[in-house]
Amino acid sequence: MAVSVDPPAVTREHLAKMGWTYTFLSDPEAKAARLYDLHHPVGDQVIARPAELLIDPTGTVRWVDLTEDYRVRTRPETVLEVFDRLTAGKS
Amino acid sequence: MTRQRNVLPLAGFLVCIVAFLSYFLFFSRFPATRDVPWASWLLFALGVGLLVAGLARPFRQPERYRGRVAGPILAVLSLAVVGFFVFQTTMASRQLPAAAGVPKVGEKVPDFVLQDSEGRSVRLYDLLGPAVGGAGPSSWVVLIFYRGYW
Repeated sequence: MAVSVDPPAVTREHLAKMGWTYTFLSDPEAKAARLYDLHHPVGDQVIARPAELLIDPTGTVRWVDLTEDYRVRTRPETVLEVFDRLTAGKS
Repeated sequence: MTRQRNVLPLAGFLVCIVAFLSYFLFFSRFPATRDVPWASWLLFALGVGLLVAGLARPFRQPERYRGRVAGPILAVLSLAVVGFFVFQTTMASRQLPAAAGVPKVGEKVPDFVLQDSEGRSVRLYDLLGPAVGGAGPSSWVVLIFYRGYW
């Protein structure tokens, strides 16, 4: 699930363009970004600092990637590897 | 004998411009050429190579080539483009807040409700399930924060 500060209409257009199908939330006031201390004021706007969190069913963070360079993001296969490692041995 | 136009510095400058633009318009879409912009560096190397070759020609063979003024001007402009690219991809993209308060491994995440791309309200805890007081079936969530402004 993803979060960005764009309004739903912009997000819908972007999802269609990119072919992404996961849940994509709009956080125009950077509410969630502030709640997670990931808000990033740029000029007179607030965007989010890129971050990925893997959360288990009890709401506990099991893995975080806070990139230090917004050009470099977690690759999907990395998250899948972490998930496999964390859930290995469990049904 | 009429002297030839020296096209190499202009070609080098144009290659540098292409190298710069192609990163942001094309190569940044793919992790393999985005995280380490090697394809862009190769293009820049080609552009600088053309410039270096082109800069020397009017001085070594002044009877054959023109462009003793244009060459250095294009070289300076190209260096500015290379410098701006290096700044953008090394320093500017690293200007990020520390995010010291982000939930750490082992900590519970705070709940929130936001609208999805269809305008439906989505609650994080509902996706996680009953263990945190949500309504849906238990599942893991990969939560991704994007910068936005697409």
